[in-house]
Parts: sequence; structure tokens; C-alpha cells
Amino acid sequence: MGKLFSKENQEVFSNPLNLNNPVVVQVLGICSALAVTSQLKPAIVMGLSVTVITAFSNLIISLLRKTIPNRIRIIVQLVVVAALVTIVSMILKAYVYDVSVMLSVYVGLIITNCILMGRLEAFAMQNGPWESFLDGIGNGIGYAIILVVVGFVRELLGAGSILGFKVLPQAVYDAGYMNNGMMTMPAMALILLGCVIWAHRAYNDEKK
Amino acid sequence: MEHFFSLFVRSIFVDNMIFSFFLGMCSYLAVSKTVKTAMGLGIAVTFVLLITVPVDYLLQTQVLDENGAFNQAVLGGQDLTFLAFILFIAVIAGIVQLVEMVVERFSPSLYASLGIFLPLIAVNCAIMGASLFMQQRILMDPATETKAIGCIGDTFAYALGSGIGWLLAIVGLAAIREKMAYTNVPKPLQGLGITFITVGLMAMAFMCLSGLDL
Repeated sequence: MGKLFSKENQEVFSNPLNLNNPVVVQVLGICSALAVTSQLKPAIVMGLSVTVITAFSNLIISLLRKTIPNRIRIIVQLVVVAALVTIVSMILKAYVYDVSVMLSVYVGLIITNCILMGRLEAFAMQNGPWESFLDGIGNGIGYAIILVVVGFVRELLGAGSILGFKVLPQAVYDAGYMNNGMMTMPAMALILLGCVIWAHRAYNDEKK
Repeated sequence: MEHFFSLFVRSIFVDNMIFSFFLGMCSYLAVSKTVKTAMGLGIAVTFVLLITVPVDYLLQTQVLDENGAFNQAVLGGQDLTFLAFILFIAVIAGIVQLVEMVVERFSPSLYASLGIFLPLIAVNCAIMGASLFMQQRILMDPATETKAIGCIGDTFAYALGSGIGWLLAIVGLAAIREKMAYTNVPKPLQGLGITFITVGLMAMAFMCLSGLDL
């Protein structure tokens, strides 16, 4: 047991959460990070789906890594990921249909999410199954955190609600406050993510 | 013919791949440092889109759909749409490989200028995204929706429009970034942060076109 949670493995898990975050540091998987964050609920579901898929695709590819011929590895990786995405997409359709309609094509686009291919190529092809699994979960959660932050701000300022519940009291609106419709538009997602990157870098530079 | 044209213009300006759907964002940000390489990647994406979307359309309507001619004849009408993700990505990876070989054989100069971008296109979300949007749009009614895709001709218009829209976006950003090299940006915002904000402002400009009713 001690070996499973050794210091290196803890780092494999915790690095992508902050210092090596896949979205704000490595700039991977931006497409979906921007598109699904106009509300908090799809952002959480998307974050969870990506975490599950990165973890299991990392695990499967890591188990197969010695048998995959080098020349066709990309296609093998894509097929493994596509199969996992198909399963997740069916589960979403069965249990949270409204969210799966909101996510529309972006569930399918997890296949081409660069985080997955990046982790498979850079980590799972060289490391054992358990480390790869942890690395997948760490990167998935690192991605989910950014989604949740952006989704939270956009839904709060754009619709005055969180997870669909109104949080701003009517008195605020009566005093002349208005929801910022711009927040729900694609353009603001980009600008907000720019600001998240700015804050993240400023914070980490200060710590150094 | 009118539908054909409006679909084309719509996919360049209104449903722009980058500014309204964020598709192909990773390579968009990574390869937009100089106008020349941006142009090369833009052309390569347009080219691959023009081949994959019609092929995926034929697969979707003839093979995967239970009413498709091939499906009826060979499989006896089974609903195979759950295989769409795997088939589409396999088609894209295969065609990118094929395009690479053909370009290398017939136009070595173009091959040299596209360089590593060609193989990277296989994992560009713009290609997969266009196929998935095409799959959704088949279900729309062409009489009422300009977005709808009803025949193979429409897929060419859609693919060409999306590709040109992507090309416009990446060349525009590259031109801005070339100029921006001389400006004094706050340190933590340098590089990626300011690029995002620039793209956000470009997207806002493109929002003016979203009222375009074709």
C-alpha cells in the first residue's frame, strides 16, 4: 500500500491540479473548456466525463503499451478513446438527458481533446498502469477545476443563478441591477479564461 | 442554389468554427505566431475538411443509418449510429494519412511547407466537430433552416465555408500577434493570456454578424 501512495505518485496526481494544469499552463483541451461553460451544470458534467475518460484511457493504453506497434499507436489510441467516449455519451443520454442535449457535439469532441492524446503520448506510453491512472485522474480534475471556475462566474453574472437556482435576491434587481447577457456569449468565455490564466500566473510567480 | 450559397456564407461568418464554437482552438493558439504558417495550416484544414465531411456524410446516411441504401442491402436495416464516433475518427485519421501521402507524391513543395501540420490535423477538433455538426444538421428541415444539410452538395458548401472561416480567423489572429510583439503587456498576461483576450475581442467583432439572416 505504501508504494501505491508514495511521494512520486502523489506528485503525479497533484501536479496537474495547479503547477502543471492542462488548461491554463499546457493550453490543452481549450475547445470544450470554453464551449460548455455558459452554465455550471454542463461544466461539472463535462469535467467529470473527461476525468473518467482520461483515467481509463490512460489505464488501458498503459496496459497495452508494450504490445502496440509504434507506427500505428495514434490510431490505436484514438480507437480506445473513441470507444470510451461512446460509452460515456450513452450513459449521459440515459441518465442526464437534458445535460447531454446542452453539451451536444462537445461530448463527441472529447475524442479529439488534446489533453487525452497529450497524456497518452507523454505519460501512459512510458509509465505503469497505476501511475497512468493517477495521472489521468489528476489531469481530468485539473481540467474540471478550470471549467467549474469559468462556469461559476459565467452563470452567476450571466443569469444570476448557480446550478439553476436563483441566488441574487429580487431586491438587487429592483435596485437596478441587470444580468450581463454578454457573459453567456462565446466571446466572454475567451476573455474570462484569459483572466483566469492571468491570475494563475501572477499567483504562481509571486510564490516563487 | 440559394440554399447552397447561404449555407456557405453562414458557415464562414455566422457559425464561425473558432468564434462561435471554439473548434480547433489548440492548434489555433499554438500555430498563430506568424502569418505564413497560419496560412499553411488554414489551407490544410480546409482541404481535409473538404474531403472528410462529404465522406462522413455518405457513411452516416448510407451505412450507419438504418434506412441507408448500403445498410438495407448488406446489413438488413440495423441502426448502427452508435458507431459514429469510432468510424468518423477512423475516417479522419485515415484520410489525413492518405492526403499526406498524395501531397508528398504530387507536390513536394506544398508538403514541405505544410510540414508537421498535416499529421496533426487528425486530432484537430475542427475536423471532428464539422462531422458531428453535419450529423446533427441532417435531421433539420432544409425548407425552414438555412443550417440544414440535405444532400452531398450541401456538405461541400458547409466544409468549404467552415474551412475558410477557420482560415480567416487564424490568419487574422496571426497578423495581430505579429504586431503585438512590439507592445508592452503586463508580465503575467504575456503570451497566452493576452492572446485569449485578443481572440475574445475578435469574437465580439464577429458577433455583429450573428444577426445576419440568410
